[in-house]
Amino acid sequence: MKNFLMLLARNRLALGGLVVMGLVVLLALVTPLLPLADPDVTDTANRFKRPFSEGALLGTDHLGRDLLSRLLWGTRLSLAVGFAAAIIAATLGAAIGIIAGYYGGRTDNIIMRGVDMLMAFPYILLALAIVAALGPGLMNALIAVAAVNIPFFARNIRGITVGIAHKEFVDAARLSGMTDARIILTEVLPNVIPVIVIAMSTTIGWMILETAGLSFLGLGSQPPQADLGSMLGEARSALITNPHTSIVPGAMILIIVMAINLLGDGVRDALDPRLKSGALSRPMPATMVQRAGPVPTSEGDTLLALRGLKTQFHVEDRVYKAVGGVDLQVNPGECLGVIGESGSGKSVTALSIMGLVASPPGVITGGAVHYKGEDLIGAPYEKLRSLRGDRIAYIFQDPLATLHPLYTVGDQLIEAVRAHHLFDRKKARAHAIELLTSVRIPNAEQRVDSYPHEMSGGMRQRVGIAMALANDPEVIIADEPTTALDVTVQAQILSLLDDLRRERGLAIIFITHDFGVVAQLCDRVAVMYAGRIVEEGPTKTILDAPAHPYTARLMACVPELGQGRRELAAIPGLPPVVDRLPEGCAFADRCHKAGDTCRQGNIELVRHGAESLVRCVAPETPPQEAC
Amino acid sequence: MITALKLTELSKVFPVGKRMFGPPRALVRAVQPLSLTVEEGETLGIVGESGCGKSTLARMLVGLLPPSTGTIEINGEPLDNADPALFGRKIQYVFQDPISSLNPRKTIRQIMEAPLKHLHDMPAAARADRIREIFAAVNLREEFLDRYPHEFSGGQAQRIGIARALAAEARILVLDEPVSALDVSVQAQVLNLLADLKEQFGLTYLFISHDLAVVEAVSDRVAVLYFGSVVEVGPADEVFAYPKHPYTKLLANSAPVVGRPLTAPEGRETELPDPLNPPQGCAFRARCAYASDQCGSEAPRLEKWSDGVGVACHHPIAYAF
Repeated sequence: MKNFLMLLARNRLALGGLVVMGLVVLLALVTPLLPLADPDVTDTANRFKRPFSEGALLGTDHLGRDLLSRLLWGTRLSLAVGFAAAIIAATLGAAIGIIAGYYGGRTDNIIMRGVDMLMAFPYILLALAIVAALGPGLMNALIAVAAVNIPFFARNIRGITVGIAHKEFVDAARLSGMTDARIILTEVLPNVIPVIVIAMSTTIGWMILETAGLSFLGLGSQPPQADLGSMLGEARSALITNPHTSIVPGAMILIIVMAINLLGDGVRDALDPRLKSGALSRPMPATMVQRAGPVPTSEGDTLLALRGLKTQFHVEDRVYKAVGGVDLQVNPGECLGVIGESGSGKSVTALSIMGLVASPPGVITGGAVHYKGEDLIGAPYEKLRSLRGDRIAYIFQDPLATLHPLYTVGDQLIEAVRAHHLFDRKKARAHAIELLTSVRIPNAEQRVDSYPHEMSGGMRQRVGIAMALANDPEVIIADEPTTALDVTVQAQILSLLDDLRRERGLAIIFITHDFGVVAQLCDRVAVMYAGRIVEEGPTKTILDAPAHPYTARLMACVPELGQGRRELAAIPGLPPVVDRLPEGCAFADRCHKAGDTCRQGNIELVRHGAESLVRCVAPETPPQEAC
Repeated sequence: MITALKLTELSKVFPVGKRMFGPPRALVRAVQPLSLTVEEGETLGIVGESGCGKSTLARMLVGLLPPSTGTIEINGEPLDNADPALFGRKIQYVFQDPISSLNPRKTIRQIMEAPLKHLHDMPAAARADRIREIFAAVNLREEFLDRYPHEFSGGQAQRIGIARALAAEARILVLDEPVSALDVSVQAQVLNLLADLKEQFGLTYLFISHDLAVVEAVSDRVAVLYFGSVVEVGPADEVFAYPKHPYTKLLANSAPVVGRPLTAPEGRETELPDPLNPPQGCAFRARCAYASDQCGSEAPRLEKWSDGVGVACHHPIAYAF
């Protein structure tokens, strides 16, 4: 709740709306206590008095009634009717929506077609018809306004409920023996309420307007009772001669509706979980760079080299050190594996290379990425854009999420090519077919016109690879490209990547959590833990004789086929949270060898044997000097 | 040996492209009629790739999905109406994604209380005691009870999911990919806990996974599912050491293993069969090196190979001993 208010207050317009609305509601509440003239007493002798005249602050209307008094009593009534209509519409609409969404099937079909029929009428016609049937009067206007708004709530809430009703926790509740009614009330409803509140906050203003509209037409409040709509209606005939009688209620309607809408938008932004996590703030085209300290200079002629790369996430007052100083390099034709568990910073490392970490909250705070000797961190956006997908390309884990569902794979491949080359469409299309053939998609000529959803997971990932190959890049960064695939398909994709690397001399950075994959594909491997590399070296050396206790124990955890039924090795505890990293070795708390020296200062990544590096004071293997 | 769970000709057909009136446009046979028995105290591993029907099977077993044909018997008693509350006391389910199986707006205590309250009508004091006992059994601290699901790591949340299943006092647990969302270092913690609990409470497990190595490590017997049918069933060590069905062999050879060179175990272009347009005869035929004309015309039935081993293949792989 406090969090919600803070988020709301940060939105200036919403705060303004809240203040204005608070004042209006307060005025409406204290109206009976104020020393006002009776709003309904006519005094035709004093009709159409100007505002600020003696005894009538806002003047009087055509019957000499005090406008200020009528305005406040009218506001009170309009607000009450608007809120009541909103609550009725929200309650009934949400109930209908939840029932339709939860039960689905035929129930859903019947209810929602009924709702569709209601929505097929223009709302004001429908409201007029309801009032005509029930007779004029404020209560009937309220019913009419509530009724015409029920479909809006029902549709909104149904959509959300359908999503929730298929969540696993609802299944779990069923298995716990809960009845449907109880599941709706205790499992579904609490998850829907924020949406109901959002929908209400954005429609109350609208309902006040609709009620005013009906009263304006004489179908709502009946004389002499004042509400904002009827005041406007009665003032209509004197619009030219005595405009103040129209302006006073009109201005109040404007103020109320504006304030409610601003506040409603603020409430929506503060409550919507997607917007809360920063979706409203559009990420910058490249990750923000705030490097403190000296920038490492390029040495040698490595194709791609990361030097002391540090990437952090700044969320409110917390700093998550996702990548805490990573050194890596790849050369043409080489495959470097980066292995680690979730949260070890391997994906953030990969995304930082091309400045693809979302900013905010991501910030690159140190280090350099040298591509052919040129630093990419802090390079102008145009430079990055010309390299992205052209010289350095990515393959992501979930091809369904990275391919656009509404374009054919051919269109997307053509776009990828034309972003960097001046190919005409025909030539680009031919190239797209060639690419699909090169990743061994059968019937490439036909498949080029398929949509992503028409392909299997393995085929989609081939399209993802084809897209990465589109501009014949020098480096491919593959972020868990086979994790979402079945093992038989994974084997196909891995051997495809291996062939491509050999044929084209590609440098691959392969990010994974699977030692088996690393062993089969990678020449060298770097093991990451809590944002840093703990061990690096030739794959064979590391897999045969891991030097870092973490590597050794992680490998022991991997079950291998052919060892029969057994107790599996586990590492006790959990990885540290990267906003509170301990001093010294991050693995010390889970390590069986940890001593006092492990918990002090900074433990460096040091040479261990001929080609390996390890960040440990007590490695598992003795350093082999002559190798 | 007492039979804990017996499935007879259980199948599930989903209509696709429902119309308001008239029959649906197509039918997908997610699970072909299959019969299986699970002995009390046994762990039956169910292996298969995505789309093989293993989750549909699991959901039928716990009553979340009514079967199209066939019966489920638990301890000799038939359960034919899909009522999760009735099933809940006998068979429970542990979900793949531990976080999304916990309602984000409920505390762990509220989640844990639900099965005790609704399945067993336990009074409040007894519930608190029972929850304390179960939490001790799954190595979770009691202070976790008043927290919300998002405060837990995947491994902890999965232990809460297991605790909830235990609270129902069902003797059979269906574990649907219980560790595939977890990191390897945590995966072993959960698997070892499951083994301990099985011993402590005399449980029977149906362990569903796509990871052969995990299944082998925990199972007594294994059933391999392909395209909705059991293609091979038998003792775990025998199935993995001497796979008789070519598909089992393909699966075993596909898992990347340290020290095995990278070769695609089959043609690179092969695709899984289309469930809307199922192939005639054996569903694995297009991917199979042993396929003959017979495989194209006649779907193989699951037949007894030797004691306790069944294979659905016209040309099972023979091993010389």
